[in-house]
Order: sequence, then C-alpha cells, then structure tokens
Amino acid sequence: MLIEVDGLEKVYTTRQGARVEALSRVSFNVREGEFITVVGPSGCGKSTMLKVLAGTLARSGGHVRLAGSPIEGPTPEVGVVFQAPILLPWRTVMSNVLLPAELQRRDMRRHRHSAEGLLRMVGLDGFATKYPRELSGGMQQRVGIVRALVNDPAVLLMDEPFGALDAMTREQMNLDLLRIWQESRKTVLLVTHSIPEAVFLADRIIVMSPRPGRITDIITVDIPRPRRLEMINSPEFGAYVQRIRGHFGASGSFDA
Amino acid sequence: MSGRRFAAPWALLGFLLLLALWEAGVRLSGVSPLILPAPSAVWFALLDGFRSGQFLTHGWVTLSEVLGGFVLGGGGGLLLGCLIGRFPLLERVIYPSIVAFQTVPKVAIAPIVVIWFGFGLASKVAMAAMIAFFPVIANTLVGLRVTPAEQIEMMVAFAGSRGQIFWKLRMRNALPYIFAGLDIAIVLAVIGAIVGEFVGAQGGLGYLILQRNFTMDMAGMFAILVVLAAIGMILHGLTRWVQRKVIFWIDDEQDRVVGA
Repeated sequence: MLIEVDGLEKVYTTRQGARVEALSRVSFNVREGEFITVVGPSGCGKSTMLKVLAGTLARSGGHVRLAGSPIEGPTPEVGVVFQAPILLPWRTVMSNVLLPAELQRRDMRRHRHSAEGLLRMVGLDGFATKYPRELSGGMQQRVGIVRALVNDPAVLLMDEPFGALDAMTREQMNLDLLRIWQESRKTVLLVTHSIPEAVFLADRIIVMSPRPGRITDIITVDIPRPRRLEMINSPEFGAYVQRIRGHFGASGSFDA
Repeated sequence: MSGRRFAAPWALLGFLLLLALWEAGVRLSGVSPLILPAPSAVWFALLDGFRSGQFLTHGWVTLSEVLGGFVLGGGGGLLLGCLIGRFPLLERVIYPSIVAFQTVPKVAIAPIVVIWFGFGLASKVAMAAMIAFFPVIANTLVGLRVTPAEQIEMMVAFAGSRGQIFWKLRMRNALPYIFAGLDIAIVLAVIGAIVGEFVGAQGGLGYLILQRNFTMDMAGMFAILVVLAAIGMILHGLTRWVQRKVIFWIDDEQDRVVGA
C-alpha cells in the first residue's frame, strides 16, 4: 500500500471552546498507481483530509502513512494541486513550475529539463516565458498541475482542481488529467463535489458525509479505460451516480 | 492611460488660463509687486536665477540634502520594516516607540537637529531622513501583511521555509506598498530639507528663500517655489518610473497609499 490512512481524526476547537469533529475514524488504503476520487457535500472534511495527507495540517488522532513512513509535514513525495491555480503573477510559467524545486533547493538544470517535458505533455509548450495573466483559467490550472509534478512526486493530491472552470473546459481537463495520469503513472487522490466527475475519473470513489466527516462508502468503478466522454451516458455510469446520490438523498441536499 | 493622454492638453489649457487671469488681475488691480508678483515677473526672476547660476548651486545643495535624507530615511524604514515583518516579536518591542515618535511634529525638532548636526549638509539630511522614514516603514509593514493566505499555504505545501516565504512571497507582495511609501517619502524629504534650511543653513533653496524674503524680492521667492515644485515632480516621476519597472505584473495605476 502506498498510502495508509487508519483511524484518522481531526478535531477543531472553535473560539468559543466548542469541539468540532471534522474527521472521524477515517480509514482507507491506496495502492500505487490508483486513481482515487473523494466525493461529498461541503463540510464533510474532504479538503481537511487532503491537507492532512499533504502534511500542511496536523491530525488529532490515528495514523497516516506514505510508503510506510508517517506523514509529519510537507514532503517532495507529494504534489498538491489547489482549487485555484495560485500562480505567482511576477513569475513566468517556467519559474512558477520550478518553484517547488527551488524551495527544496534541487538541481535546477535537471528540473528545468523535466519541466519542459511536462509542459509539452499538458499542451503548454511555447508558454514557458509567458506570465500567468496571459493564460486562460484552464491553462493556468494546467501550469498548477505541472508545478505539482515537477518534483516527480509519488502522489498527486488535488483539491477540487477544476471547480473554478466552466463546464466545457472542465470536461477537457478531466480527459487531459486521465491522459497525464496514464503517462506519468502517478497515484492520484482527487477531491470533488461533482458526482459525475468523481465517477468518470476514479478507480475507486471514497464517499464522505458531514458532521462528523466520515467515510460512508468506498465504491470500485468497473468502467473500462481509457474512459471517453460518451461513457457518461451509459447505464452503468448512471448506476454509479445513482448509488452515490442515494447516500446523500437520505441525509439531505447535495450541492452539485 | 488613454484617458490621461486626452486629459493632458485640457490640464495645460486650464493652467494657462489661470496664469492669464493672474497676470490680468495683477495688472488691472495695480496690486503692489511686494504683495503679489505677476506671472511674467516670476518668469523673468526664474530666468535670472538660472542665468546667474544661483538656482543651480543652491538647487544642487537642496537636492543632495533631499536625496541623502531619502536614502537614509527611506532605506532605514525599509530595512527596519523588513526586520519587524520577519520577526513579529520586534513589532511589539520596537514599533510602538516608532509610532510614538511619529506623533512628534518633525518641524518642531528642527532647531534641535541643527544644534546637533550643525549648519551644514548633515542637519538637513537628518531632517529629511526623519520625515521620510515613517511612511516607508508603515507601508512596508502593511505590505508584508497583504499576502493571500492561499499563497502561503501553497508555499508551505511545497515545503517552503519561513525565510523563503518571506523573501520569495511576502516581500514581493509588499512591493506595491513599499513603493507607495517611497513615493510619499521622496516628496516629504523635500519638506524636511527646506525646513532644515529655514532653521539654519549656509546654502540651498530654502536658505535662498529666506535671503530674498529679507530683501522683499517676491517674484524671486515665487521663482524658487517653481523650482522646488519642479524638483518634487521630477523626483515623484522618477519613483513612479522605477516602480513601474520593478512591479511589472500590476498594470493598473492603483494608488495604495497609507500612513503619510
């Protein structure tokens, strides 16, 4: 197992002193090369879980291991893609992409070379010297993905990476992401609140529910790969979507 | 920008109209040139001042005081601002004293400064520096706080250290504010230098104003004001030019001015 999450707890204390359970007894494993999506309504703790895995948020209890060793802080073995691209406007595309390597004082020449390859893979060759504001939203998020890949991490964590994009761009990005995943053979954990997106991308879907954030179901998706957009209209795709929706129909509304 | 280009001829027209009205008013009302000189008289005094070399020698004295004070005060404000921004404990220890000092009118300190630093260049540089210091440190501190939390989170996720976050991120985001502070500081430095010269000096445009004041040379004093305004505008323009070169990623001309 590449990632082992065992009894993960996260408790926040509000200013009034009340305890809020953001994550309660969350356990799951991720195999190397797997594409996992995490789906659930707002407040189910899915982003919190991702932050714990990224090492930017301390856990309150339980164990989180990456390739056998506990995650105690940010590591180069994990690349993060955020909801917004969060590119630095004074840096060129190339310089933004190389930021993680720069922060970790890596060999810049070698990384520049691999960054060029990655930019080509996401269709951004020729954009290395451009500034973020010269790029569209979808292109900016591609740069964000390349930045997360530049240190050649084992795991890619993605927190609603396409949430801010329009529907058309979003579909294209989903296809591109699957291609990138297949070419780079990374392990991906992607958080989303779009059920169809979760089904379309995943090997397995982790379904979460709020108050306290916990796992209600883990679904293996047996739709063949490579996935194509027209598969969304197939009955088996619809069955998966129905099954997930069922989890939320009982507990109230779902915001997607 | 295009709006500005259109505005320039109109502004010039307004200015010329004002001068014409002033000229006509002085001539028609017969007000004494000891009270209000006509623009034409100011113009000739201006030409005289440059021809005699007086404006150049005294202008140079004032300019060096201003630049010296700006570098010292602005540089000090920037350095201390960065230090306080980097090590928050210092903010609690040092900054209250700095704010308290800021409430003392600097003009009132000028006589003391002249006693300490003498009638030469040093006292004026000190005055200019004291006045230029605060807007830079205040703006630097504000600027170091404006970095969006998500950018910091991104740097942390990629294992950036506190020092790296400060230099590669917070410092960059602070630059527009720092330049706003420098812009205020350079104009204030001119005031500092002139006040210093008023209190006691052997040269400079402020010193020249006092001299002409004794001889009731009104047109000559107005001419010096024109020179001072020109120096202020040029320095302000230079700061803006450098700012646009350094902060190239912000293309609008938003003024982010705080704490003058």
